[in-house]
Amino acid sequence: MKKMLTGAQILLEVLQEQGVEVIFGYPGGAVINLYDHLPDYDCRHFLVRHEQAAVHAADGYARATGKTGVALVTSGPGATNTVTGLATAYMDSIPMVVFSGQVPTPLIGNDAFQEADIVGITRPCTKHNYLVKRVEDLERIINEAFHIANSGRPGPVLIDLPKDVIGGKCAKKKPEKPVLKGYNPNYAGHPGQVQRAMQQIFKAKRPLFYVGGGVILGDAAEALTELARKLRIPVTTTLMGLGAFPEDDPLSLGMLGMHGTYRANMAVTESDVMVAFGARFDDRVTGRIDQFAPGAKIIHVDIDPTSISKNVVVDIPIVGDVGDVLGKMLEVVENSPDEASRCASGHDEWLEKIAYWRDLHKLSYEQDTEEIKPQFVVEKISELTRDLNPIVSTEVGQNQMWAAQFFTFTQPRSWLTSGGLGTMGYGLPAAMGAQVAFPGRLVLDIAGDGSIQMNIQELATVVQYNLPVKVIILNNGYLGMVRQWQELFFDRHYSSTRMNHAPDFVKLAEAYGALGLRAEKPGEVEETLKKAFAHPGPVIVDFKVAAEENVYPMVPAGEAISNMLLV
Amino acid sequence: MRKHIISVLVENEFGVLSRIASLFSGRGFNIESLTVAETDDATVSSMTIVTTGDDHIIEQITKQLNKLINVIKVVELTEATQMAREMVLLKFASGSGGKRLELLRLVEVYQGRVLELGARSLVVELTGSRDKIEAALKVLAPFGIREMARTGLVALGRNGIK
Ligand SMILES: Cc1ncc(C[n+]2csc(CCOP(=O)(O)OP(=O)(O)O)c2C)c(N)n1
Ligand SMILES: [Mg+2]
Repeated sequence: MKKMLTGAQILLEVLQEQGVEVIFGYPGGAVINLYDHLPDYDCRHFLVRHEQAAVHAADGYARATGKTGVALVTSGPGATNTVTGLATAYMDSIPMVVFSGQVPTPLIGNDAFQEADIVGITRPCTKHNYLVKRVEDLERIINEAFHIANSGRPGPVLIDLPKDVIGGKCAKKKPEKPVLKGYNPNYAGHPGQVQRAMQQIFKAKRPLFYVGGGVILGDAAEALTELARKLRIPVTTTLMGLGAFPEDDPLSLGMLGMHGTYRANMAVTESDVMVAFGARFDDRVTGRIDQFAPGAKIIHVDIDPTSISKNVVVDIPIVGDVGDVLGKMLEVVENSPDEASRCASGHDEWLEKIAYWRDLHKLSYEQDTEEIKPQFVVEKISELTRDLNPIVSTEVGQNQMWAAQFFTFTQPRSWLTSGGLGTMGYGLPAAMGAQVAFPGRLVLDIAGDGSIQMNIQELATVVQYNLPVKVIILNNGYLGMVRQWQELFFDRHYSSTRMNHAPDFVKLAEAYGALGLRAEKPGEVEETLKKAFAHPGPVIVDFKVAAEENVYPMVPAGEAISNMLLV
Repeated sequence: MRKHIISVLVENEFGVLSRIASLFSGRGFNIESLTVAETDDATVSSMTIVTTGDDHIIEQITKQLNKLINVIKVVELTEATQMAREMVLLKFASGSGGKRLELLRLVEVYQGRVLELGARSLVVELTGSRDKIEAALKVLAPFGIREMARTGLVALGRNGIK
């Protein structure tokens, strides 16, 4: 007779089969049986201090590794605390499976203690979700969930586990590949479409690659870089695409969009063929949509058909995995050496124009000897860590944009930021997740004084597990990005954006058992950073920076991206 | 803004209807009517959704529906390819004399059936294309419709969808 296992044991066995090494979680009554079995398995559990952080940590782990992140929480408030984390991961297409406890099936719908309809609540912010009603379905559902989370366009999946399902018994089956009637993502780009696209690209006078997070998720950065270099086509990346193309390459235009570089936004506006790889024409990228790449034929490569022709009309759509499509494009280049070399040598004028734009308006700031400029801190970090291959996470606001602009990204999967949802409080737990995956790498959270307070409790977690995350606070005493909008568009009416009642971050770090450092003068920045990087444990650095510095360039919301405020 | 009929085959599972409904409400799409029933295969349900929107919106609706894990097949039925029917039940105050006879005659013209003929009320069933139902309602309205229940359209592609 087959051995009978409890739902909890089946779950943990299936996680093992799925190769899950790490769970971020928080216990409670509904999942107590699961926690009881947890120590019997190899999987390491990290006890966070808030369930939102468990989900962000799983997210950071997933972004840094490409593996599916896993979080585990209890029913009711434990489950509802995951919503922001799920929505964050959903917007940025991050593979993740979240397990939530639930009241026993006979009590569902009775307003039982700690009951929440989490499947109903998270339906619009998960790729898919499940309520497991019978222990016999558990194994199949978990396998389906991992398959769904990390295939096609990735995304978070939630599995709600009633207590009697976790406690119920049945036999474990052999691992089998899930069969889903309604889910069959298409990976192979249509060769005919690829041919048509390449003919357009070969003919282009002012071509441009517009690269999004899909290239990172699809592990296609190398192929993209090869294609761009072979054909000498300039590359601009979205906030999510940073790291997909080395920014120290002369073909790199940096980021485009609302806080994009002058040359990137101008190049978009004047391009004649634009190829979007794994990008979704988000409004923060396009600005006024009818002025976005107005003269360009648009080729759009994306694994998700709903992304194509959603916001702009596309001339040549290619549904498929970016890696597959880029591979086919490289083949075309290989097989048409004459056209390819004519193409590569035909962009001189275009590249000169871009160089002209670059020199006309560089990303810039003025560092005096009195006040630390936040951009200076980021630039220093970038400079000091050039050979360390660090992982950089951010919070949200000006800190995030300065990190995006002034850090030189050269590697994929080393940039963790909440792009789609813009979740303050994301950075520290995400950094924590990445540090778990890469204990030996330098992991930084570039933070704002407002955002860091949204998940500050995770300092306890990083200290407990000795995760040597370095939190770099660009402390401007404001909810700076909102203040910037108030300055520019609301007549400097700083309503509720002054944050002058912040804790002493150095003492706070010490209270949690981390190292706290502070710098107030530009001359102290480098030395303070070096001290932080050299410290073996977690560190908070409080950089008192210029209070009313703004992020430029800036495209006012709804304007054409060529309409940039430059200073 | 044309009316569109979309036929959707879904896994017959708990929560699927609400996934579809919340897709429409979350993305600001219209639902004019929606019908669901099991198919001959008990694990599969069929839905007929009537919606409005320009071509761009309809394309998004179809793609977004396809993206749902529980959706097996989505077919947009065009005028030429569809057979669509709706049923409506109408209750009239029974009336008397010539008026009642005229009403019964008109019901016959529209191939309706009388379900109940009581001393005080008359219940009629009509089935047909949306145009036919609309036309019948216009003609029958003056007789005083007291209550009405409509099913919304159900539809099949002419070549059948598999
Ligand atoms: C959870 C959440 N609440 C509110 C906002 C709106 N918001 C965007 S940026 C910002 C200011 C962030 O302040 P801080 O962390 O100090 O960063 P700074 O802009 O000053 O660098 C706010 C409030 C948000 N993005 N996320
Ligand atoms: Mg701030």
